[in-house]
Amino acid sequence: MAETVFAPWDDPNEKPLIRFRNVTKRFGDFIAIDDLTLDIFEREFFALLGPSGCGKTTMMRMLAGFENLTDGSIELAGQDIAGVPANKRAVNMMFQSYALFPHLSVWDNIAFGLRRESNDKAAIAARVEEMLKLTRLEKFARRKPHQISGGQRQRVALARSLAKAPKLLLLDEPLGALDAKLREATQFELMDIQEKTGTTFVIVTHDQEEAMTVASRVAVMDEGRVMQVATPERIYEAPNSVYVADFIGDVNILRGQAKPIENETYEVNWAAQQTPVVAASTRPFSDGQACHLAIRPEKVAIHRDKPEADNAVQGKVLDIAYLGNLSTYHVELPTGDIIKAQVANTRRISRRDFTWEDPVWVSWTKTAGVLLAK
Amino acid sequence: MNRLSSFNVVSLTLGFVFLYVPMLILVIYSFNASKLVTVWAGFSTKWYGELLSNDAFLDAAWVTLRVAVISSTIATVLGTMAAYVLVRGGRFWGRTLFSGMIYAPLVMPEVITGLSLLLLFIGIGLDRGVLTIVLAHTTFSMCFVSVVVSSRLVSFDRSLEEAALDLGASPWDAFRLVTLPIIAPAVISGWLLAFTLSLDDLVIASFTSGPSATTLPMKIWSSVRLGVSPEINALSTILIGLVTVGVIAASLASKQAAVRAKRDEQAAARAA
Repeated sequence: MAETVFAPWDDPNEKPLIRFRNVTKRFGDFIAIDDLTLDIFEREFFALLGPSGCGKTTMMRMLAGFENLTDGSIELAGQDIAGVPANKRAVNMMFQSYALFPHLSVWDNIAFGLRRESNDKAAIAARVEEMLKLTRLEKFARRKPHQISGGQRQRVALARSLAKAPKLLLLDEPLGALDAKLREATQFELMDIQEKTGTTFVIVTHDQEEAMTVASRVAVMDEGRVMQVATPERIYEAPNSVYVADFIGDVNILRGQAKPIENETYEVNWAAQQTPVVAASTRPFSDGQACHLAIRPEKVAIHRDKPEADNAVQGKVLDIAYLGNLSTYHVELPTGDIIKAQVANTRRISRRDFTWEDPVWVSWTKTAGVLLAK
Repeated sequence: MNRLSSFNVVSLTLGFVFLYVPMLILVIYSFNASKLVTVWAGFSTKWYGELLSNDAFLDAAWVTLRVAVISSTIATVLGTMAAYVLVRGGRFWGRTLFSGMIYAPLVMPEVITGLSLLLLFIGIGLDRGVLTIVLAHTTFSMCFVSVVVSSRLVSFDRSLEEAALDLGASPWDAFRLVTLPIIAPAVISGWLLAFTLSLDDLVIASFTSGPSATTLPMKIWSSVRLGVSPEINALSTILIGLVTVGVIAASLASKQAAVRAKRDEQAAARAA
């Protein structure tokens, strides 16, 4: 029996936990969220990704109840939450600054939410201990927030927001304040905790790597609009626009005109004196339609002699970015365009094949790139 | 370490002489045996004894203390509320006007404040006494409290309140359990400021008091007009002593808090 893949968004019978319906938010003349419709499902780890000012934080604050909607509706588990104040929502938030109460101990910080709804001391104590254990903070229960390190504070904030077992946990740039090493470890810890508790997580981040690592689905946002919602693989391999392709990872873009040559295959005329390149696309293009071919650098190969390939273009090495495990070759084409080709450094540096100013060929297959209209 | 240059020594001495010589003379003469303030006739503590048996002074001191405690407490509550609304209330209609108006009494001449309150009390037929002084002191000191508290609230991380709401606290619980404990130092200094202003006030109290209530500054002022008595010197010396003890205690407490905070931070850095 095949293992069932977690993909409630592909199941038409699945009821979403959160439904944004034509949500608009204006601050005066500024449109923060522009007619946004989006479903988020139970047990998802959903990432809102975008540059600062794209509206991702506003969306999260509307879910938490700190901002009102100008137009549209948000449903949580089938109920419109527009009129429900923040303190009555089954939603908890982990703040970017962690917002730990400085006058309370770690223990009391975690117990804060529990005490608001129950007087059962034993039950509260049991839940706090459970949370301390989950986040490995048992030793620090009696400390104040300023007596622990940044990583520990981050875990206290997480424990505090999970203590009430919310339907939905919002995380606002949760790892922004941590250094790179700690960040990576914490990402896996977050995924682990999300799986253990079965809570739906919505994370806001501007770090694409972080979104790709943790999320089941990613929404790429720009200027108050969702550009694409898909799994990390699809966002990376099948972006629906140049914006998304460019925002996630590194990409080469060739502009040109499409010309259908056979079923789902097109020629792209990208420069006057150059052979057109071939690209497969399920998205239809008409003859002469302007298009962009987006190719990831790791899908471009680099050769000394002309290779047998669907597409091969000659150029010369302009620059080499050595990253240790990888090298990125910037190859200048006769047209002035620059194609980046990424090569894994499986050999030591002294055995490297190419150097600056070398004439080279870059090549890629017809399925390596994505043909985009805009 | 840098040694002080002679210029610095001179400026320091001049400054302190300017500040403290008048007080020092007052303290010395409070131990004068002679009834004449300006003639030294040997050391004596008899004026302190006489002061303690002078009912008029003791009454006035008691009135002053009561007025100061009650008015500063009311002013702290009102001033904190006003500061909270002005800083947190968002953009409501007339906000700029209100925040400007809260500062106006700070620059208003006391004579005008006192006179207008007097007219008000006469107008509504309120008998002048302890109550009217309390009301008057509350009125002008709540502005000071509001200024002190709002400066703390401005730098207060808003997300702490949001976190409390997010965890299910009602707005009142969020204020009581999170905001208030954190801004407590500012609220306490607001109270102390209001308390000191009330103790200190002569002008407004003169306008708003009646025959049944005289505050200490009023009593001292009226006695001095009949001639400075060594008793006043003794009283002033006691006041100076109290203030000195208060200031030293406060600065020691804040220094200790700073040392503790630094130690905690170092401990946290080691734990990281």
